[in-house]
Amino acid sequence: MAKLPGVIKGLGVTLGTMGRTITKGANTVQYPREKEAPPLRARGVIALREENCTVCMLCARSCPDWCIYIEGHKEKAPPRRPGGKPRTVSALDRFDIDYALCMYCGICVEVCPFDALFWSPEYEYSEPKIADLLHDKDKLGEWMETVPEYPELEVGADKKGKK
Amino acid sequence: MTVITDREQLRYIAGQAADARVNVEIETEGMTLNIGPQHPATHGTLRIVTRLDGEQVVWAEPVAGYMHRGYEKLCEVRTFPQVTTLVNRIDWLGSFANEVPFILATEKLMEVEAPPRAQHIRTILFELSRIANLSLFLGDLGVQLGALTPVFYAFRDREYVLNLIEGATGGRFHPNFDRIGGLKDDLPKGWIDETKAVMKKMRRFCDEMDDLLFGNEIYQARTRGIGVIPTEVALSYGLSGANLRGSGVDWDLRRDQPLPMAWDKCDWKVWTHTDGDVFARVWVRLQETREATKIVDQLLDSLPSGPIMAKVPRIIKVPEGEAWVSTENPLGEMGYYVVSRGETGPFRVKIRTASFNNISVASWVLRGVYVPDVIAILASLYFILGDIDR
Amino acid sequence: MTLAVDIPYWGQSLLRVVGVLVVVLLPAGTLVYLYLFKMMSFMQSRLGPMEAGPYGTLQLFAEVGKFIQKEDISPRGADLRIFRMAPYVVVLTVFLIYVAIPFGPDAVFADFEVGVFYVLAVSSISVLGVLMAGWASANKYSLIGGLRAAGQLIAYELPMVLAVLGVVIQAETMNMQGIVAAQSGGAIVGIDLIGNPFIITQFVGFLIFMIAIQAELTQTPFDMPIAESELVAGYMTEYSGLRFLLFFIGEFAAAGAFAAVAATLFLGGWALPASWFDQTQDFMNVIGPLVLFGKMVLLAGIIFWVRFTYPRFREDQLQRFAWKVLIPLSLANIMVTGVFKVAF
Repeated sequence: MAKLPGVIKGLGVTLGTMGRTITKGANTVQYPREKEAPPLRARGVIALREENCTVCMLCARSCPDWCIYIEGHKEKAPPRRPGGKPRTVSALDRFDIDYALCMYCGICVEVCPFDALFWSPEYEYSEPKIADLLHDKDKLGEWMETVPEYPELEVGADKKGKK
Repeated sequence: MTVITDREQLRYIAGQAADARVNVEIETEGMTLNIGPQHPATHGTLRIVTRLDGEQVVWAEPVAGYMHRGYEKLCEVRTFPQVTTLVNRIDWLGSFANEVPFILATEKLMEVEAPPRAQHIRTILFELSRIANLSLFLGDLGVQLGALTPVFYAFRDREYVLNLIEGATGGRFHPNFDRIGGLKDDLPKGWIDETKAVMKKMRRFCDEMDDLLFGNEIYQARTRGIGVIPTEVALSYGLSGANLRGSGVDWDLRRDQPLPMAWDKCDWKVWTHTDGDVFARVWVRLQETREATKIVDQLLDSLPSGPIMAKVPRIIKVPEGEAWVSTENPLGEMGYYVVSRGETGPFRVKIRTASFNNISVASWVLRGVYVPDVIAILASLYFILGDIDR
Repeated sequence: MTLAVDIPYWGQSLLRVVGVLVVVLLPAGTLVYLYLFKMMSFMQSRLGPMEAGPYGTLQLFAEVGKFIQKEDISPRGADLRIFRMAPYVVVLTVFLIYVAIPFGPDAVFADFEVGVFYVLAVSSISVLGVLMAGWASANKYSLIGGLRAAGQLIAYELPMVLAVLGVVIQAETMNMQGIVAAQSGGAIVGIDLIGNPFIITQFVGFLIFMIAIQAELTQTPFDMPIAESELVAGYMTEYSGLRFLLFFIGEFAAAGAFAAVAATLFLGGWALPASWFDQTQDFMNVIGPLVLFGKMVLLAGIIFWVRFTYPRFREDQLQRFAWKVLIPLSLANIMVTGVFKVAF
């Protein structure tokens, strides 16, 4: 086999790529018009299911850069069984995540013992001002509907995943 | 345009560089040129002070520290699980590889070992981050030498690898997937087939880069015999990784060190090159990328089934003690010296990163070369600013 | 000029000025869009600008608008007059080159008897502009870039001239029209189907000429003067706004100009490659420019294709390549051409 000089081979590579781009389309997508779907596990934004939260503060404490702000108060709720004592439940007043500080590590989602926090692959929530990235519990609750089902695991996996 | 291939000529050039070092004493006034801290060639904020005589460098000194973020100190006020997300950001191109030595050191202190499936998946992700890292290096080298196109191919094909990492871990750049005693999660369905397809693509990428850049005569003329680091110098400056293997030292921590990882369960080769020049270092990295794709393929075939998490308490308290674990990261040897006082967080963490040592040889190797070669040599030493300054 | 209507002298002058402007800016714009925006993007498997106008065709105007809006910065230590003049000198060169290139049997701005000589002479004026920019910027990167440019451009002037000599010997004239006529009316070893484009008989000369203009234009294998990974932007480092735009236009217009010169010298210029066709008819004044434009775009495509593919040489390697390979080769080419000319 005759060996082509490298300078000519290189020209062939670029020409070939040009041909592929023209005939088969580019590798890039025209972003605002076309969108690529992120994987199901992508850590896009943290969504909150408010009714599951018990204001236990585990997430706020385990956050490496302390970007979760939680406030709550105790409330009397009607007893479960008629005739029982009224229960004390914690109600959530404030649940803010400052996405300007968040490192997207996912520790809060993992430590949550009551399945109140979830990852959503949603990513389009940029803001022109950095202060607007502080999202409150209503906004976090809205993202709940973008949370995907837990994906199936690869063959050989031992446990059923929790979330 | 003669391509220097034989050993004689290489030795001659190394001798010339040595002569230039001697001449520093009697040098007349030259020009001081700051390459960096803001310069296209330093991929960040490294500053290299050079003293020029015409276009020849007579003296050079790298100045690091413009991006120091104090990771060792930050680790002291975090708990053990929180540290992994921090150390992701040290070598940001191969971030999963940063977590592994820290987790291994902590596991050593706690005397737990991850189950075999977790070890396999760890090794696969480790090698994937190596491929992501080195493929970008191969493309970036082209830009440093003036070729515009290779870097776009590198970004294009690295995207597939990043998608894989994101699919498994959830994070493209900062996976934070490693846990003490195992992994956060198992692989999602369909990931293995996808990975095999991507590995095929990456091998084609390596061939394409071979055709486009590394086979090019101009590239060869620019890199052969430039920036020669002899074996003794490489050892005495504490180089590691491909820089050391490019200087002819057969040293790879993946093979030489018994770690609870899966490298010993597959068949691969440590590539070395005896020339020690820019070409040798790049060639070693290119071969390493190819080897890494083979490792991933083999490990995917032999993936054992079972749990991915050993039994560890929910709140991790590490018993008192000290541990040092280092691994062969994409950039070279990266190690953590973890000191624990029995609390939830480390008492002290010393991080040994490859780039800091690799860049320290710059003042030796840059003397007597021309300005364009400065860029080629810096690119071939391959540093990442986060890895130097951390 | 054999035009149907009589135009007063001032009108003719105005026509020529407008003509030169169009002739310089149109190829530059075409090359930027076609090659820098689109071909380069396709080679890197992306689409390039797509938003401004259909397929990004109006992107160019957006870019020009952007550059005009920017602040015109000059460094404190700069030699201001020289610093401001430099881009104009570079652009001026391109205008001067186009003056001598024929576009049709009569469509030529100035029909010099020694057109080739003139073109090669004025093309080296741009070195002056580059040196001025490099020196006056009061920046070390600019200075190194300017000096590299000067050394390189002077080194590559020689092989370029010597490569053209082969053409001149074969055409027996230095007049650009004469060279076009010699190609359209010539014959290769008796076969005169497509005339005699000198690219066939002077292939070595053509290769040397293309390499030399690649260096003359500081395109990639030889782009050390602006090597962006070493010298930031070389002699252009300190320029911004309109002056940077002028350098930019100068670069691409010069690519067009040199490609047009190469097309004239080696591909038969404005003439169609058909010897049975009467090339001196009046309507060739309209078709000729289009033919030349097509050939120029083709040659510029090769220049940019190489630019987007290759890494760059080192300065000393480039000089060695010029003096030890290109110049001996072009001398040998002249000798062989001379021998053949005498023999046949």
